[in-house]
Amino acid sequence: MIHTLEPILRDHPFFQGMEDRHIQLIAGCSMNVRFNAGDVIFHEGDPADQFYLVREGLVSVQFVIPNRGLTTITTYGNGEVLGWSWLFPPYRWHFDARAQQPTHALAFDGKCLRGKCDEDHDLGYEIYKRFMQIVTERLESTRLLLLDMYGNIR
Amino acid sequence: MTAGLVPDPMLPTPYRIQRVRQETDDTFTLELLPEDSSHRFSFEPGQFNMLYVFGVGEVPISISSDPDDVPLLKHTTRVVGTVTKAMRQLKRGDTIGIRGPYGTHWPVQEAVGRDVVIAAGGIGLAPLRPALYRLMAERERYHKIVLLYGTRTPEDMLYRHELEQWRGKFDLEIQVTVDRAASSWRGNVGVVTTMIPRAPFDPSNTLAMICGPEVMMRFTVMELVKRGVAAERIYLSGERNMKCGIGFCGHCQFGPTFVCKDGPVFAYSHIAPILGKSEV
Repeated sequence: MIHTLEPILRDHPFFQGMEDRHIQLIAGCSMNVRFNAGDVIFHEGDPADQFYLVREGLVSVQFVIPNRGLTTITTYGNGEVLGWSWLFPPYRWHFDARAQQPTHALAFDGKCLRGKCDEDHDLGYEIYKRFMQIVTERLESTRLLLLDMYGNIR
Repeated sequence: MTAGLVPDPMLPTPYRIQRVRQETDDTFTLELLPEDSSHRFSFEPGQFNMLYVFGVGEVPISISSDPDDVPLLKHTTRVVGTVTKAMRQLKRGDTIGIRGPYGTHWPVQEAVGRDVVIAAGGIGLAPLRPALYRLMAERERYHKIVLLYGTRTPEDMLYRHELEQWRGKFDLEIQVTVDRAASSWRGNVGVVTTMIPRAPFDPSNTLAMICGPEVMMRFTVMELVKRGVAAERIYLSGERNMKCGIGFCGHCQFGPTFVCKDGPVFAYSHIAPILGKSEV
């Protein structure tokens, strides 16, 4: 009996409202992965050929600041999406990602999906629409961080 | 009625400092007992006192202690101005003046039978701690209790030891996030609002209490409403410059309300039209 990831994708909020034929196409590019705490998921500058949906665990997005060392700039936990660099040229990661805890995720082959989006623009629209929502939310969060809300006014 | 029997609302009661606890780099807690042991004092979670550093000035500070453990009073304060700077210099045994308690309180009773979401940002956890004490004291009366707490860095977390104790002792979901952290931090990094979409509560039966910087509260409200929490069951604690604390002087006017008298705890639905308006 072949188990596909279609039921998991169908139930995931990220894919909510997507047509079955698109879910089937996406499931064909996805697989289950697990990382131990401390595992590097991707490195800054490496080809960005995948994205992830965290099913359980916590992933840190980090980069090295001279004289400050490795700094965590954000984390993604259960149900959240990791990675959008696979969508836009030059398809390279801009940060490091590391599992903070033992993490189960769905990994999606970005190259495979990009090809399918080129062939089926309806699928492409659905994918980009969902990622734009995430980009918007993260831009908003970043703006709030830039405000340094908890900083002392002296 | 004899005038002498009515306490003068502008007259502070002397309290003796029992302990000064350094919470973070710029935040400290004063533990106080009345000099007159017969002095009666009670308060509800969310109310504040006016604290008078003699010869320097008076500031409004939320009460952060257990409402069921009076007369001991705790006030957690951040050093931000002349009075709080002078307050930080006070030592055990020094005297400070207290007027209060003033203002409205968190609707802890309205939350009975519901999930409770407490969203705190920075020092905003201090005015919410009395509500947490009350919720923990009557834990069986509430469904899920979720504390979402955001601070600037891990070192800025308030009451860390107590939160860890509560997490172990009670059925309390605590999610902490910081704005930035070194790689040694094993928890969440990001703004507090990002925890709302996946926090474990039933939005159709949730009451939310929020305290923190005003921007944080506005965005937290937006996320809660987006998640499905009814606007009329969202409460937040406002902050404005106060002088008298009893609605006479008008310093803390916030649209048609006075924060000292009609707040500091407001139903979001009551102040939504003026929240975030630069003219107010």
